[in-house]
Amino acid sequence: MSSDHLGPVMLKVDEVSMFFGKVAALSGVSFDVREREIHSIIGPNGAGKTVMLNCINGLYHPQKGSISFKGEEITKLKPHQRAQKGLSRTFQKIELFRGMTVLDNIRLGRHNHLKSGIISGSIYFGKTAQEEIKTREFIEEEIIDLLEIESIRNKTVGMLPYGMQKRVELGRALALNPTLLLLDEPLAGLNLEEVEDMARFILDINLEERWKVTCILVEHDMGVVMDISDRISVLNFGTKITTGTPSDIQNNPQVVEAYLGEEDLYATRR
Amino acid sequence: MPQGDKTFTIPFQITEDLTLPKVLLETAKRYGESKAAMREKEFGIWKPITWTQYLEKVKYIALGLVSLGLKREDKVAMIGDNRPEGLWAEMATMSVGGIAIWLFQDSLMDEVAYIINHSDAAFLFGEGQEEVDKALSIRDRCPYLRKIIWDDPKGMRDYDDPLLISLKEVENLGRELEKKEPDLFEKMVAQGKAQDVALLFYTSGTTALPKGALLSHYNMLTMGQNMMKVDPCTPEDDFVSFLPFAWIGEQMMSISSGLQVGFTVNFPEEPEVANENIREIGPHIMFAPPRMYEQMTRSVQVKHLDSTRLKRFMYTTAQKIGYYVADLKFDKKPIPLGWKILDWISHALVFKKLRDHLGLSRVRNAYTGGAAMGPDHFRFFHALGVNLKQIYGQTEIAGISVLHRTGDIKFDTVGTPIPDTEIKITEDGEILSKSPSVFLGYYKNPEATAKTLQDGWLYSGDKGFIDEDGHLVVFDRTKDVMILSDKSIFSPQYLETRLKFSPYLKDAWVIGHEKAYITAVVCIDYAVVGKWADEKKLNYTSYPELSQKQEVYDLVEKQIREANKSLKPAAKINKFVNLYKEFDADDEELTRTRKLRRAFVENRYKDIVKALYEQTDNVHMDTTITYEDGRVVHIKTDLHIREIPVKEEK
Repeated sequence: MSSDHLGPVMLKVDEVSMFFGKVAALSGVSFDVREREIHSIIGPNGAGKTVMLNCINGLYHPQKGSISFKGEEITKLKPHQRAQKGLSRTFQKIELFRGMTVLDNIRLGRHNHLKSGIISGSIYFGKTAQEEIKTREFIEEEIIDLLEIESIRNKTVGMLPYGMQKRVELGRALALNPTLLLLDEPLAGLNLEEVEDMARFILDINLEERWKVTCILVEHDMGVVMDISDRISVLNFGTKITTGTPSDIQNNPQVVEAYLGEEDLYATRR
Repeated sequence: MPQGDKTFTIPFQITEDLTLPKVLLETAKRYGESKAAMREKEFGIWKPITWTQYLEKVKYIALGLVSLGLKREDKVAMIGDNRPEGLWAEMATMSVGGIAIWLFQDSLMDEVAYIINHSDAAFLFGEGQEEVDKALSIRDRCPYLRKIIWDDPKGMRDYDDPLLISLKEVENLGRELEKKEPDLFEKMVAQGKAQDVALLFYTSGTTALPKGALLSHYNMLTMGQNMMKVDPCTPEDDFVSFLPFAWIGEQMMSISSGLQVGFTVNFPEEPEVANENIREIGPHIMFAPPRMYEQMTRSVQVKHLDSTRLKRFMYTTAQKIGYYVADLKFDKKPIPLGWKILDWISHALVFKKLRDHLGLSRVRNAYTGGAAMGPDHFRFFHALGVNLKQIYGQTEIAGISVLHRTGDIKFDTVGTPIPDTEIKITEDGEILSKSPSVFLGYYKNPEATAKTLQDGWLYSGDKGFIDEDGHLVVFDRTKDVMILSDKSIFSPQYLETRLKFSPYLKDAWVIGHEKAYITAVVCIDYAVVGKWADEKKLNYTSYPELSQKQEVYDLVEKQIREANKSLKPAAKINKFVNLYKEFDADDEELTRTRKLRRAFVENRYKDIVKALYEQTDNVHMDTTITYEDGRVVHIKTDLHIREIPVKEEK
């Protein structure tokens, strides 16, 4: 994919190091993500990919280095403060409320955008009513329609097949109306058809005028990563090997040695 | 119970000048903004479209098509799910004087290409990306195709082919044209004549390539009026449109009857949620092929197996009462007061709820047609208090010629002719019909027309007779009737529908024409049998494996024995085999309206047929399956043959 549609730098990760005891999960990792980009982070197991995502969305606070989002330093901010700035994520292992319906789970993702207070909320009057209507419109018209989950709206999440739960998780992340979306292995555990659907949704979110969401994707399915990424950063044992376009990465001898060479690069589903 | 007839007289006199667009114009004038012509569930909410809006959409699309070069008698094809845009496009085409063609949503590309070429369609309305992709992939084969029009923008952002245009753009073109020629639309509509061709309807054909039946406005209008004379609908009624528009039955309701009466046509959000949406609307009229009702029966039976003991008891008791009362009604005997009370109680406690779940709580008349329906299903619905009626007709007679009357229902017949319709039987038993709705002929196929249309009589190719009450009994397609070992004539469909009453059996194909005994090829219902197998702790990974389990054979045998009970010895099923797959329209085993194509399956599974009449308990299959995306997979498997000893009755 050509990179000429990309905007200015949106997220800058600068010399970030993260230690657990004496183990360096990340040591001095730097890269940047540009607006409207799909930026993938790949690397062998234990390379620090999820730690990186956790640092970006604030679940972890790196001991060294800094992270800035839209030119603003966010290294010290808490996750919910980052969420307010438009940062949203999905998890590798599904983190939905299993006993609640699909619609309720997605609505929760909208929580940040609901501003009405406790009094107006309890009598459902004025601002609350307006907000509820807007929320409903947003969720139905943008998310449910986009992700094609009309038929499971009112189903309890715990009863749904895994692939559908993954979709619901993406839906909840989108309810935040993010500008930067962190996707942690969105394709793991999906069958071929579900992978195709999910890859299409990610592209839709990234390309549709309505959304234009920048994505950071951590994923092992090299087929999809190479197909949809604008740029890829490769991590190995907590250090970054390189950042480049998919074709650069495929031809980089260091990457091949550290990661891709071990197994067949295309040991994916295709 | 919401039964009984309502009265409403259609305010249109059919003349030489009346056309469907003129009816639309009048009806829109009458109701304007005051009534919903359509409703579509979108984004979780039912959104009404008033008659004024309906007319406006049709107008601008029609004018848009004119600016794109559509002329009178040009053909316009349509494909996609049931949605308002589909009907707008159809009515717009007719308003210009064009001829509308509907394609089945799940048609393979070859079928689409065949019909577009055969009909030399100039425009194709698709819904979204899927239809556009389909159409673009066959464009080289369709030289007459001038534009492909789409309405759902999802996934369309990167398409810039000059052949494509969005419905919005077409409407805008229409608006521009209206500014230049403000009364063009009304003028075009006024030019229409009743005898003009309105629809070119490709019949799915159980035997050969599809044939294009030409139906005039007159055909459609008379059919609608004659049907409404029997069972009037009122403008306040609701109808849910969820079956393919390429099926004449759907046109019958949404266009022929809907426009003239002015009832509301409702469109489900997505095909997958049609059942839920039907329940939300609670339609007053329903017309569906037997499959749909079979599916409903099956879902009730399966849920029944699943529920608690008390509920099962309640249901079984209520059903016994329901069956008893329904049988009295069928026999036209008076219902004793005691039974009336019991029926009322079972309705209040069980059936009311059940009907609500099936979306049938407000149904005044439910129709089935297109294929035979088994007596068991019929009794089932009447026991619930649903006034289910059989319709008989063909595409060639605009859908309907014979219909059950309320209070005069016999489940082995299809009823009596509707007004203005004559039925007669030839010496060798073929059903002929004559009515103002008999079609004009087949497009580009004079031989077939000459064979089907003789002196105004429509030769149906179906066999049947008229019984002592004047009801028509349809046997089957002439070539599908079997002669049993005892030389009696029998309908395989009758046996098949009996088998299909079992929730475990999805499809059956009964063989036995001029053979020593009767056999069946059975397709199990994967979902239901799969669940049954789960409960029995049977391991399986796929349909072929599950179908060949001994336990599943035992289960199927039990179902067949049950069906055999009420059959005469020569008609009992002797041997059966479980097929390794379900019958599928993509494999050409079924028509798009899901009728079994006997000649085709006979040829395709000739090894199985041969083995069924040999002394063997096994048959080796070596064949191919086509997936929906066109992939072809080779399959090798062994199928068991199970014999069911039929006791000699003394």
